[in-house]
Amino acid sequence: MAGGDGVKLLGYWASPFALRVEWALKLKGVEYEYLEQDLQNKSPLLLQYNPVHKKIPVLVHDGKPLAESLVIIEYIDETWKQFPLLPQDPHEKAKARFWAKFADEKCVPAILGTFTKVGEEKRKAANEARENLKTLESGLEGKRFFGGETIGFVDIAAAWLGCWTRIAGEIVDVKLIDEETMPELCAWLENVLEAPIIKDCMPPQDKLLEHIKGGIHKMLMAAAST
Amino acid sequence: MADEVILLNFCPSVFGMRIRIALAEKGIEYEYREEDLKNKSPLLLKMNPVHKKIPVLIHNGKPVCESLIAVEYIDEVWKEKAPILPSDPYQRAQARFWADYVDKKVYAAARNVWATKGEEQEAAKKEFIEILKVLEGELGDKPYFGGETFGLTDISLIGYYCWFYAYETFGNFSIESECPKLIAWAKRCMEKESVSKSLADPHTVYDFVLGVKKRLGLE
Repeated sequence: MAGGDGVKLLGYWASPFALRVEWALKLKGVEYEYLEQDLQNKSPLLLQYNPVHKKIPVLVHDGKPLAESLVIIEYIDETWKQFPLLPQDPHEKAKARFWAKFADEKCVPAILGTFTKVGEEKRKAANEARENLKTLESGLEGKRFFGGETIGFVDIAAAWLGCWTRIAGEIVDVKLIDEETMPELCAWLENVLEAPIIKDCMPPQDKLLEHIKGGIHKMLMAAAST
Repeated sequence: MADEVILLNFCPSVFGMRIRIALAEKGIEYEYREEDLKNKSPLLLKMNPVHKKIPVLIHNGKPVCESLIAVEYIDEVWKEKAPILPSDPYQRAQARFWADYVDKKVYAAARNVWATKGEEQEAAKKEFIEILKVLEGELGDKPYFGGETFGLTDISLIGYYCWFYAYETFGNFSIESECPKLIAWAKRCMEKESVSKSLADPHTVYDFVLGVKKRLGLE
């Protein structure tokens, strides 16, 4: 296995994007040094390693930095070949990339809107979120995980969505992933959050709840004042 | 067994151009079908039920949606000729990072240039040029984004070049005066047949944008 001093991850404890990179590293058994970043007061190191976006996560491998979590996860998959995350077949691989992109670009904004908007805008966002989650469910194609019998690229990319949506749903009292309309997605969420790599590598749930509560409150205040 | 390759496209689409360039680079024969976006074909709706958008690559009956995903697919299936991604994982990641940057930044910023007026447009032009300058900085003195060879990042961006005439006319500014190196890069790419045959004519694009502006009441 690669030596620990070769791989560093600049992250933030409450960031789902850093989290999914950690899941990829842990699944492959890659040792790494985790460097918690202060996002209110970004370090010279972070700004040096990600001058374009100035964001975490950043993976540094043998001194070479990489940014954008899904790009990083593909790099991890290509560099450490054990427990492949993406399928070998080009068409299946394209499908996996498609669903990860769909989750990020369609599900996330609608879910965010549900929890941070008010009134009519909130209702519209919630409807869109449910539609998109239902579409995401179709990507499962009746399988246990997006990756088949075992966790793969899309599972790693999207598992956080289920967890964060559940927590936010408790705060704002809106259930987006419900058993009646999305039984397969619900089952997927149960299974994926129970997977050892994922279960053992989660931010402390009570701290995360407070963090998400604070974030929602801030965004609702902003929405109310416009 | 001969491969059956179909591309569902709409001529001015920068996303469709990416797939056309990739297919041309690899010398792949395919059937080109122009879609009427106001009257989408049953095939398009069947092959891309999620987004109902072009471009869609159909290979032996199986669809690949999302242009950059399709370009990588083409590179993986037809791997013997004209590699689009480098073989080194770190360089591949860099290529994907910059293609992702183009996707996240250029489309929205460019749209704001032709879709707005007055102060909003001035701000949009400024933002657009800033984004192009970041790309220009990444290009540096290299002939292409990937170095010596034309690759994924070049393919992700070059389609926008045929839209520059429309941006400049509607925005009343010169992109070349702000980003000369980027224009030089674009002209270098246009010397490749795969690119020059895949990009739309700038005047066709201009007319298309004019039509959209009229329809949306944005004149």
